[in-house]
This record gives sequence, C-alpha cells and structure tokens, in this order.
Amino acid sequence: MTAHSVQRPHALSIENLSLEFPTYAGAIKALDGVTIKVGNAEIVGLVGESGCGKSVSTMAATRLLPEGRYKITQGSIRLFGRDPMAMDEEELQQVRGKLVSTIFQEPMNALNPTIRIGQQLVSVIRRHEALGRKAAEAVAVNILADMLIPEPARIMQAYPFELSGGMRQRVLIAMAFSCNPGLIIADEPTTALDVTVQAAILRLIQGRARRTGTSVVFISHNIAVVSQICDRLYIMYAGRIVESGPTRAVLDRPQHPYTRALLRCLPERVRPKEPLESIPGTVPNLLDPPPGCFYRPRCPEADTRCMEKPHETALPGGQAVSCWQRAGHPSLPSSEVPS
Amino acid sequence: MTITRIIVPRLILLFFVVFGVAIITFAISHLIPGDPARLIAGDRASAETLENVRRDLGLDRPVTDQFVIYVRSLLHGDLGTSLRTRRPVAADIATFLPATLELGILSLVLAVLIGVPLGVFSAIYKDGPIDQIARTISVCGISMPVFWFGMVVILLFYAKLQILPGSGRLAMAFAVPQRVTGFFLIDTLLEGRFDAFLSAVRHLILPTFVLAFANLGVITRQIRASMLDVLQEDYIRTARASGLRRRVVIFNHALRNALIPSITLLGLALGDLLYGAVLTETIFAWPGMGTYVVTSIQTLDFPAIMGFTVVASIGYVLINLVIDLAYMLADPQIREVG
Repeated sequence: MTAHSVQRPHALSIENLSLEFPTYAGAIKALDGVTIKVGNAEIVGLVGESGCGKSVSTMAATRLLPEGRYKITQGSIRLFGRDPMAMDEEELQQVRGKLVSTIFQEPMNALNPTIRIGQQLVSVIRRHEALGRKAAEAVAVNILADMLIPEPARIMQAYPFELSGGMRQRVLIAMAFSCNPGLIIADEPTTALDVTVQAAILRLIQGRARRTGTSVVFISHNIAVVSQICDRLYIMYAGRIVESGPTRAVLDRPQHPYTRALLRCLPERVRPKEPLESIPGTVPNLLDPPPGCFYRPRCPEADTRCMEKPHETALPGGQAVSCWQRAGHPSLPSSEVPS
Repeated sequence: MTITRIIVPRLILLFFVVFGVAIITFAISHLIPGDPARLIAGDRASAETLENVRRDLGLDRPVTDQFVIYVRSLLHGDLGTSLRTRRPVAADIATFLPATLELGILSLVLAVLIGVPLGVFSAIYKDGPIDQIARTISVCGISMPVFWFGMVVILLFYAKLQILPGSGRLAMAFAVPQRVTGFFLIDTLLEGRFDAFLSAVRHLILPTFVLAFANLGVITRQIRASMLDVLQEDYIRTARASGLRRRVVIFNHALRNALIPSITLLGLALGDLLYGAVLTETIFAWPGMGTYVVTSIQTLDFPAIMGFTVVASIGYVLINLVIDLAYMLADPQIREVG
C-alpha cells in the first residue's frame, strides 16, 4: 500500500465477503470470504474460470445483481468509502456511470439496437454532468476520438448494427469513461473479440486509465491477457481468492497449485509441438462444496491437511496465498516455477 | 429511398390482390344458386319483367363480358347497386364505414392505452400483485366471448343501472349531424352541438369497451412477454450500469425494443376491429359495416357482399402497408438497410 492510498479510501474495498444465491435446491455459495482491495489509480486483475465469482463480486459492489435474489451472509463492500448496500435507488444511479462504470463482455448486445450511438452516449453524459445537448455531444465526439474511432462525428449518427464488434466495444469503453469515473470495472471486455483487436482494446483501457488516474478492475479468465495491463492480480477459484499479489511476483513465483496450473495452460508458455496442458477434473458444485480446500479434488499436491480450509499466508513482496502446502515455507525457490 | 422501396411493391401487390378478389367474388356470385333478377323483381313477376330486369343488370350477356364490365366499373369506384337498399354499394359503404371506423379506432386506442402500460408494469413487477391482476384481466379478455360479454354489460349498465345507452350511435332526441367526416364525435362538434356530442360519447362507451377488451388482453400479453425478453438483454444492463433513471431505462430503452414484435399484432388487431366487429355491432345495433354485411348476407344481396369483400381486402393490404411502415419507424435496421 502506498502512503497516498492510506489517506484516501480505496476505490473498491471488498472485505471478507460471502454471498449466496438461494435456490429451490439450496443456497449456491457464490462467494466465500472474498477480500479484494483496489487502490486509487491502480489496475487490478481478477482471474479465474467461468462461475468462480469474478463478476458476482463486482456486480455486488455496483448492486447490479438481481435484487432480492441474493443474500450477503458476511463481510462488507465500500466504493470510495461508501457502502452500496446502504444506498437507495437514486444514490445508486448517481454512483453508476459517474463514480463506477462497467464495461461488459458482449459488445454485440451491450448497446441498444434502436438508439443511435450518439444519443446513447449523450444520455449517459447528461445524466451525470450539467451539460446542454450541444456540449454533451462535443464531449461524446471527443471521447470517441480518444478511443481511436475514425470519423467520430459520423459514428455518433450510426446505429450499433452498423459497427463491427471491435468498434462497438470501443464505443462501450468510451461510454464507461465519458463521465470520468473513479473506477472502471472491465468485465471480460476483450473475450468476444478477435485476438488482433484484443491487444488494441487493452491498450485503450490501460492508456486512458493511466492518463486520468482511473482505477480499473479487469476481469478475465485469461491470465495472459490481464497480466499485460494489471499492477496486481487476484486469482479466484470457486468463490474464494486463492492467491494475490503484484503481477510480476504472481507470474514469476506462482504459489498456489491452481495458479501454476493456469500458467501451464497458456499456449504462449509452452514450447512448439509440446502438448498443451489442461487442468483435470471440474470446478466443485457450489450447492454442496467439498470440505476444506475447494481445489483439493483437482490438486496434485493435496494431502490430509487440505481437508481443512486453508488460511491466507502473507508472503514477502505483497503476495498472499491460501494453501496448506505453502503455509510452512513462505518463500519457495523460483526453480520450482514452470517456465 | 427505402420508403419508396417499401410502398411501391405494396401498391403493385394491391392491384393484384384486388384483381384476385374480384375474380373470386365474381365467380362466387355466379356459382351460388339463386337468381338475382328474381330477387329484385319479386316472386310474382312475369317472364317479360324478369327479362327486362336481366337486361338492365346485364345478366343476359356472356359471363366474360360481365366480368370485364364488373372490373371496369370497379376501377371507376363503382361497386354496383345494392339489391336491398337500391342505392350504389359504394354510397352504402361510405355511409356505414365511418361508424365502424369510429368504433374500431377508438377501441384500438383504448386497448393500446390500457394494454401497453398494463403489460409493461406486469413485466416489471413480474409475479407481483399488479402482474396477477393484469394476467387475470388478459385471460378474461381473451377468453370471454364478445357476444356474451356485450350482453352482460348491456344488462348491467343499460337495463339494470340505466346509466348508459345500449344501442345506436345517438339518442333519438338528436338529429343526425350533417355528414362531414362521418365520425359523430367530430361532426357534432363541428356543428357546435355539445349535447349531441355527449350523447355520441355515451353511446360509444359500452361497444368501445367491449370491443377493446379482447384486444386489450392480447396486447397486454404480448407486451408483457416481449418486455420480459428485452429486460434480460445486455443493453438494459448497460443502461442500468450507466446510472440512467429507471423510468428512462424502462420506457426509452426497453419499451422501444419491446414494441417491435407487437406491431404486427396491433396491425392485425386493427384489421379485426375494422371488419370483425360484426358481433359487437349486431349486439349494440351499431349501424356500421358489420351490421350492413350481416343484413346483406341474410338477404342474399350479392353486390353488397361483393363490394364489402373488395373494400375489406383493400383495407387489409393497406393495413399491411402501415405495419411495414411502422416497422421501419421502429427498427432502424429495417429503415437503414431495407
């Protein structure tokens, strides 16, 4: 933690949060004691498989989960020091888009098909800023240009179906940045895009965030993608944070067996013609999770200690891991790390 | 221009539709047993009189000639002469159509004004009390037969409570207004007779409500279903995540898209209302097209039936044209790409 973030509250602070979705079959334990801290102007990655609770954590923070369909059993959330759970609808609306914006995964459907791009941007800008139509349009054109959209004035008049997926995603990013929010939640913004477009989109988000001092939570199932732009990483598995730390440290000295397995699955890290690895087994059923460490059934290193839930162990350099195998010896030689 | 690309083919189609309908109505009128000359001249007419009537009607000519004459007069707007009223069918239709349009348009407006908000709120508060009430209303509207429901409201509001008239367009005490539009609501006001206007309003209430009720049920259901679909869409989540007001998200972002699948339904409802109001008009003794065509059928008034059929089919093609134009307005993808 830097001195500067001690004075000001975190952009996002999720503390020991547990969240359930009650169903007829029982409660689905989507989050189990999740702690995520995002400092000011920090870019933080949230990595894990589908259904591990990445989006649920951030959607809980912006109260975008279906009201009345979920239950927070413990913990707290703070957005710039404020509790979203205590906000009424009006306060939430003022926070969303202004203080915290979200960029969602599917650029194909994330823009309203019957409203012109310009109108969609302008209505968001005018909701949060005291601007006239003309001034708001000028802001919109500027931000579109900033997202490297060619002919922004013409794009303002276009409907979403007239744009490519990459262009739509740029528009959505422009919309998210349009009111200069303090925090952007980027929920798999590049997953639906071509690999060539992905890199450009990542640079756009990173560049704009760095210039404006915006904090970013970057959600992805692809550890390679997030590691390109994030300062710190959180690795999630089945509703728990299993490892966290500065990006470099996590990549160079991954501690949790799950993190190591994720890294071994990356094509970039495997020599040509060597078989690509995959993690055996499947994620546990969150209706009835196994006792102890949730990764135990798939873990090659598991032993009897793993029948109990592991504690988080702080390691030097800001890294932390929840694994019995690392509890005893905090700093492992880097030779154990897969290349 | 896209708009011409939509209208021109429809107008060409209209020509073929009318031609096809003309063939069918002409064929039916000649295939159905019964001698129109006998109907006109009466049972006790002499053979000579019958012959004269046939010659007057052109029935002594070859069938092909008759068809050519029929189509030619259709093109001139001549739908023949009613056997019953002895007036040109076109004039009869001009008399009765406005009554049906007045009733039909008002009840469609009523059905939309109630049905759309009901469907929207039903979807927003899904499974809540509003939704339960809306679903009950729409099931009743869809399943209650018009003739039964019509008689119930007449019994209740006219016979029992005696607060509303149960038949006709105007109370006996008032003279029928000078015909300008044929819509009594407008014509009475044009004459400055406010009391007659009120009487016309009172006469419209029950039939409008009865006719609107069935469509209201269908519209509520359609809007509810498509709103539920649209509210799941990613762009609604985007709108909410951008902090837009709930009212804006629902009415500007969601309803705009939910209305698109409802357009066809509204067009069909309009078609139904305009000439499917037969039952309602009969129950309320409403002097409109429904009553006219029922009487024509009962009296085997061929020219009237044929004229009605032609006008109704033109109406249907025009309604379809309106639906296509409405789609174009509502869906930019159709408007800009075609």
